[in-house]
Amino acid sequence: MHWELELVLYLFLIISAVVSLYVKDLLTAVVSLSVFSFILAMLFVSMGAIDVGFTEAVIGAGVTGVLYIVLIYKTSRRSND
Amino acid sequence: MKQSSDSPIILLLSRVISPYIMLFGLYVIFHGHYSPGGGFQGGAMLAASILLIRISAEEKVYELQFKKSFDIPLGALGVLIFLGVGLIAMLLGGNFLDYHFLPMDWMPKADVRAMGILLIEVGVGLAVMTILVAIYDNLLEDEDA
Repeated sequence: MHWELELVLYLFLIISAVVSLYVKDLLTAVVSLSVFSFILAMLFVSMGAIDVGFTEAVIGAGVTGVLYIVLIYKTSRRSND
Repeated sequence: MKQSSDSPIILLLSRVISPYIMLFGLYVIFHGHYSPGGGFQGGAMLAASILLIRISAEEKVYELQFKKSFDIPLGALGVLIFLGVGLIAMLLGGNFLDYHFLPMDWMPKADVRAMGILLIEVGVGLAVMTILVAIYDNLLEDEDA
Protein backbone atom coordinates (compact mmCIF):
# COMPACT_ATOMS: atom_id res chain seq x y z
CA MET A 1 0.00 0.00 0.00
CA HIS A 2 1.13 3.59 -0.55
CA TRP A 3 2.73 5.05 2.52
CA GLU A 4 0.73 8.28 2.27
CA LEU A 5 -2.52 6.36 2.57
CA GLU A 6 -1.19 4.38 5.53
CA LEU A 7 -0.10 7.61 7.22
CA VAL A 8 -3.63 8.99 6.89
CA LEU A 9 -5.04 5.75 8.31
CA TYR A 10 -2.67 5.89 11.31
CA LEU A 11 -3.66 9.52 11.90
CA PHE A 12 -7.36 8.67 11.95
CA LEU A 13 -6.61 5.65 14.15
CA ILE A 14 -5.02 7.83 16.82
CA ILE A 15 -7.75 10.47 16.52
CA SER A 16 -10.55 7.93 16.97
CA ALA A 17 -8.79 6.30 19.93
CA VAL A 18 -8.33 9.65 21.71
CA VAL A 19 -11.92 10.66 20.97
CA SER A 20 -13.30 7.40 22.36
CA LEU A 21 -11.23 7.84 25.54
CA TYR A 22 -12.08 11.45 26.30
CA VAL A 23 -15.61 12.01 25.02
CA LYS A 24 -18.39 12.38 27.62
CA ASP A 25 -21.26 10.75 25.77
CA LEU A 26 -20.96 6.96 25.98
CA LEU A 27 -22.76 6.30 22.68
CA THR A 28 -20.26 8.52 20.88
CA ALA A 29 -17.45 6.59 22.56
CA VAL A 30 -18.84 3.27 21.30
CA VAL A 31 -19.21 4.53 17.73
CA SER A 32 -15.69 5.95 17.85
CA LEU A 33 -14.38 2.63 19.14
CA SER A 34 -16.06 0.88 16.18
CA VAL A 35 -14.34 3.32 13.84
CA PHE A 36 -11.04 2.52 15.60
CA SER A 37 -11.58 -1.22 15.06
CA PHE A 38 -12.43 -0.76 11.41
CA ILE A 39 -9.36 1.36 10.66
CA LEU A 40 -7.23 -1.13 12.59
CA ALA A 41 -8.68 -3.94 10.46
CA MET A 42 -7.72 -2.07 7.28
CA LEU A 43 -4.18 -1.61 8.63
CA PHE A 44 -3.94 -5.33 9.46
CA VAL A 45 -5.00 -6.20 5.91
CA SER A 46 -2.46 -3.76 4.46
CA MET A 47 0.24 -5.45 6.55
CA GLY A 48 -0.70 -8.83 5.10
CA ALA A 49 -2.53 -10.39 8.06
CA ILE A 50 -5.83 -10.95 6.29
CA ASP A 51 -7.20 -13.40 8.85
CA VAL A 52 -6.53 -11.03 11.75
CA GLY A 53 -8.07 -8.13 9.85
CA PHE A 54 -11.13 -10.20 9.07
CA THR A 55 -11.66 -11.11 12.71
CA GLU A 56 -11.06 -7.53 13.85
CA ALA A 57 -13.61 -6.17 11.36
CA VAL A 58 -16.31 -8.67 12.28
CA ILE A 59 -15.82 -8.81 16.06
CA GLY A 60 -14.48 -5.35 16.82
CA ALA A 61 -16.57 -3.26 14.48
CA GLY A 62 -19.71 -5.39 14.47
CA VAL A 63 -20.57 -7.56 17.42
CA THR A 64 -18.94 -5.71 20.33
CA GLY A 65 -20.53 -2.44 19.17
CA VAL A 66 -23.97 -4.03 19.44
CA LEU A 67 -23.19 -5.49 22.88
CA TYR A 68 -21.85 -2.17 24.20
CA ILE A 69 -24.94 -0.32 22.98
CA VAL A 70 -27.20 -2.82 24.73
CA LEU A 71 -25.21 -2.32 27.94
CA ILE A 72 -25.49 1.47 27.64
CA TYR A 73 -29.26 1.22 27.35
CA LYS A 74 -29.43 -1.08 30.36
CA THR A 75 -27.38 1.13 32.68
CA SER A 76 -27.76 4.75 33.72
CA ARG A 77 -25.36 7.43 34.87
CA ARG A 78 -25.74 8.05 38.59
CA SER A 79 -24.32 11.57 38.71
CA ASN A 80 -25.68 14.18 36.34
CA ASP A 81 -22.49 15.91 35.33
CA MET B 1 -34.60 -4.27 22.42
CA LYS B 2 -37.62 -3.31 24.46
CA GLN B 3 -38.44 -0.09 22.68
CA SER B 4 -37.75 -1.10 19.11
CA SER B 5 -37.57 1.70 16.59
CA ASP B 6 -40.67 2.34 14.57
CA SER B 7 -38.72 3.54 11.57
CA PRO B 8 -39.63 1.48 8.51
CA ILE B 9 -36.43 2.59 6.78
CA ILE B 10 -34.16 0.92 9.34
CA LEU B 11 -36.21 -2.27 9.29
CA LEU B 12 -36.26 -2.42 5.48
CA LEU B 13 -32.52 -1.75 5.21
CA SER B 14 -31.58 -4.42 7.71
CA ARG B 15 -33.98 -6.88 6.09
CA VAL B 16 -32.25 -6.31 2.75
CA ILE B 17 -28.68 -6.45 4.08
CA SER B 18 -28.99 -9.36 6.53
CA PRO B 19 -29.32 -12.25 3.99
CA TYR B 20 -26.24 -11.07 2.09
CA ILE B 21 -24.16 -10.98 5.29
CA MET B 22 -25.41 -14.47 6.06
CA LEU B 23 -24.54 -15.75 2.57
CA PHE B 24 -21.04 -14.29 2.83
CA GLY B 25 -20.64 -15.89 6.25
CA LEU B 26 -21.51 -19.29 4.79
CA TYR B 27 -19.00 -18.67 1.97
CA VAL B 28 -16.30 -17.82 4.52
CA ILE B 29 -17.01 -21.01 6.49
CA PHE B 30 -17.10 -23.35 3.49
CA HIS B 31 -14.01 -21.89 1.82
CA GLY B 32 -12.05 -21.63 5.06
CA HIS B 33 -9.47 -24.20 4.03
CA TYR B 34 -8.30 -22.48 0.89
CA SER B 35 -8.84 -18.79 1.56
CA PRO B 36 -8.65 -16.44 4.55
CA GLY B 37 -11.36 -16.96 7.09
CA GLY B 38 -12.75 -20.05 8.70
CA GLY B 39 -15.17 -21.23 11.31
CA PHE B 40 -14.70 -18.41 13.80
CA GLN B 41 -14.90 -15.54 11.32
CA GLY B 42 -17.84 -17.04 9.42
CA GLY B 43 -19.69 -17.80 12.63
CA ALA B 44 -19.19 -14.25 13.87
CA MET B 45 -20.52 -13.00 10.52
CA LEU B 46 -23.64 -15.17 10.80
CA ALA B 47 -24.12 -13.86 14.34
CA ALA B 48 -23.80 -10.28 13.04
CA SER B 49 -26.56 -10.88 10.49
CA ILE B 50 -28.85 -12.31 13.18
CA LEU B 51 -28.05 -9.46 15.61
CA LEU B 52 -28.88 -6.92 12.87
CA ILE B 53 -32.44 -8.21 12.74
CA ARG B 54 -32.56 -8.45 16.56
CA ILE B 55 -31.73 -4.79 17.10
CA SER B 56 -33.99 -3.45 14.36
CA ALA B 57 -37.16 -5.55 14.68
CA GLU B 58 -39.35 -6.35 17.63
CA GLU B 59 -39.34 -9.65 19.48
CA LYS B 60 -42.28 -11.19 17.63
CA VAL B 61 -40.46 -10.73 14.32
CA TYR B 62 -37.00 -11.93 15.29
CA GLU B 63 -38.33 -15.01 17.02
CA LEU B 64 -39.46 -16.08 13.54
CA GLN B 65 -35.88 -15.86 12.26
CA PHE B 66 -33.98 -17.56 15.07
CA LYS B 67 -35.68 -18.64 18.26
CA LYS B 68 -34.21 -17.62 21.62
CA SER B 69 -34.56 -21.15 22.97
CA PHE B 70 -32.35 -22.56 20.17
CA ASP B 71 -29.24 -20.64 21.31
CA ILE B 72 -27.69 -22.92 23.89
CA PRO B 73 -28.73 -26.31 22.38
CA LEU B 74 -27.29 -25.42 18.97
CA GLY B 75 -24.10 -24.12 20.61
CA ALA B 76 -23.75 -27.40 22.46
CA LEU B 77 -24.33 -29.23 19.16
CA GLY B 78 -21.47 -27.29 17.57
CA VAL B 79 -19.11 -28.22 20.40
CA LEU B 80 -20.28 -31.84 20.13
CA ILE B 81 -19.48 -31.89 16.37
CA PHE B 82 -15.94 -30.68 17.13
CA LEU B 83 -15.43 -33.16 19.98
CA GLY B 84 -17.08 -36.00 18.07
CA VAL B 85 -14.85 -35.67 15.01
CA GLY B 86 -11.80 -35.58 17.25
CA LEU B 87 -12.87 -38.56 19.32
CA ILE B 88 -13.87 -40.69 16.31
CA ALA B 89 -10.40 -40.20 14.86
CA MET B 90 -8.91 -41.09 18.24
CA LEU B 91 -11.03 -44.24 18.65
CA LEU B 92 -10.03 -45.48 15.18
CA GLY B 93 -6.35 -45.46 16.00
CA GLY B 94 -5.04 -41.95 15.38
CA ASN B 95 -4.36 -38.91 17.46
CA PHE B 96 -7.06 -36.45 18.53
CA LEU B 97 -8.36 -34.62 15.40
CA ASP B 98 -6.24 -36.76 13.08
CA TYR B 99 -8.50 -36.59 10.03
CA HIS B 100 -6.60 -39.34 8.21
CA PHE B 101 -8.39 -41.96 10.32
CA LEU B 102 -11.97 -40.80 9.79
CA PRO B 103 -14.23 -43.65 8.57
CA MET B 104 -14.87 -42.36 5.04
CA ASP B 105 -13.29 -45.07 2.90
CA TRP B 106 -15.15 -44.30 -0.33
CA MET B 107 -12.97 -41.29 -1.15
CA PRO B 108 -9.21 -40.79 -1.38
CA LYS B 109 -7.28 -39.82 1.74
CA ALA B 110 -6.67 -36.23 0.66
CA ASP B 111 -10.43 -35.69 0.33
CA VAL B 112 -11.00 -37.30 3.73
CA ARG B 113 -8.66 -34.73 5.28
CA ALA B 114 -10.49 -31.87 3.49
CA MET B 115 -13.87 -33.17 4.68
CA GLY B 116 -12.55 -33.49 8.23
CA ILE B 117 -11.44 -29.87 8.44
CA LEU B 118 -14.76 -28.84 6.87
CA LEU B 119 -16.69 -30.69 9.60
CA ILE B 120 -14.58 -29.01 12.28
CA GLU B 121 -15.24 -25.59 10.78
CA VAL B 122 -18.99 -26.20 10.59
CA GLY B 123 -18.93 -27.11 14.29
CA VAL B 124 -16.89 -24.07 15.25
CA GLY B 125 -19.08 -21.76 13.16
CA LEU B 126 -22.29 -23.10 14.71
CA ALA B 127 -20.91 -22.72 18.24
CA VAL B 128 -19.59 -19.18 17.71
CA MET B 129 -22.81 -17.98 16.04
CA THR B 130 -25.15 -19.30 18.69
CA ILE B 131 -23.04 -18.24 21.66
CA LEU B 132 -22.70 -14.66 20.39
CA VAL B 133 -26.48 -14.50 19.90
CA ALA B 134 -26.98 -16.07 23.35
CA ILE B 135 -24.86 -13.33 24.97
CA TYR B 136 -27.14 -10.71 23.40
CA ASP B 137 -30.30 -12.54 24.50
CA ASN B 138 -29.05 -13.01 28.05
CA LEU B 139 -28.19 -9.32 28.32
CA LEU B 140 -31.78 -8.41 27.45
CA GLU B 141 -33.39 -11.20 29.42
CA ASP B 142 -34.29 -9.59 32.75
CA GLU B 143 -35.58 -6.40 31.16
CA ASP B 144 -39.19 -7.57 31.30
CA ALA B 145 -38.96 -8.74 34.90
